[in-house]
Amino acid sequence: MSLLDFFKKKNSGDVAKDRLKLLLISDRANCSPEIMEMIKNDIIQVISKYMEIDPEGLDIQITQTESEGNNGSVPALYANIPIRDLKNSGKKTKEQ
Amino acid sequence: MSEVIVVTSGKGGVGKTTTSANVGTGLAKLNKKVVLVDTDIGLRNLDVVMGLENRIVYNLVDVIEGHCRAKQAMIKDKRYSNLYLLPSAQTRDKTAVSPEQMVTLIEELKEDFDYIILDCPAGIEQGFKNAIAGADRALIVTTPEVSAIRDADRIIGLLEANEVKKIDLIVNRIRMDMVKRGDMMSIEDVVDILAINLIGAVPDDENIVISTNQGEPLVGSDALAGQAYMNICRRIIGEEVPMLDLGANNNFWSKLMGLFKKN
Repeated sequence: MSLLDFFKKKNSGDVAKDRLKLLLISDRANCSPEIMEMIKNDIIQVISKYMEIDPEGLDIQITQTESEGNNGSVPALYANIPIRDLKNSGKKTKEQ
Repeated sequence: MSEVIVVTSGKGGVGKTTTSANVGTGLAKLNKKVVLVDTDIGLRNLDVVMGLENRIVYNLVDVIEGHCRAKQAMIKDKRYSNLYLLPSAQTRDKTAVSPEQMVTLIEELKEDFDYIILDCPAGIEQGFKNAIAGADRALIVTTPEVSAIRDADRIIGLLEANEVKKIDLIVNRIRMDMVKRGDMMSIEDVVDILAINLIGAVPDDENIVISTNQGEPLVGSDALAGQAYMNICRRIIGEEVPMLDLGANNNFWSKLMGLFKKN
């Protein structure tokens, strides 16, 4: 094990803490996988009206993010939506 | 005024029964009149941890079904005359009792005791609902593991929904050597995640196994876990007790190693 690996390696205690934090956010939100799937499908529908996106690559999850105010971290819905065709984005709205 | 305390965790095997036995015995040591109620119907255990398994005549279900009076079913402890155990039934299941019946029984016990400690079964089903029905406050037992903490969080939510007002946390089986090398979540980490009041932390101590083997709770003994449980009891009755240092690098070699590390 090189010295660099030694510094990179995360303690298992910290790994446990990070995993738990994420786990409890979704536990507490009481968001079932079915509901997440429904949210995902609705997002695809709405965004598809305006630009061409990759529905397969779309990923949503509930995580924690630093709030802009001063009350620390807050739960957030995180969505990663890959755009397939940037050139055509925006055109669809004009056509309709 | 008497107080009804439920000891619960969600996950099994984290130390609910050991905690119930030690907290009950510790409160009796502090001259309180205490009854321990084993609510885990079908999986009776508190009697063995207390070393009272040979004295059982009647049980909780007998009392609830009216086969005997509560006073007949309660067993007096071997060492403390102000400590009693109401054992659970071994041959019945959790459906034998309803939450309403538990509340009625607890109201009756309140007349005679300062503290009623309810040892809750694992899980969140009928047995759990029975145990929390009459509780004023709860002691959540957890270990510094992902699964135990996740279950504890769920239990806290359920207790809040059932209007159990006072909820305190006991972090059990902490190993300071593992915390120090970063391979176990610290007490602070667990408290930070669960965001409830910490009433005490109990180290992973082999004396617990020995005391359970003997059927004599070790609360109040010199063992680190014994001291930790005694401190928890003092905090329950409202005393201000500083947190125990579980680092306990008291032996000669670890002190010597400590000196070398500093330089």
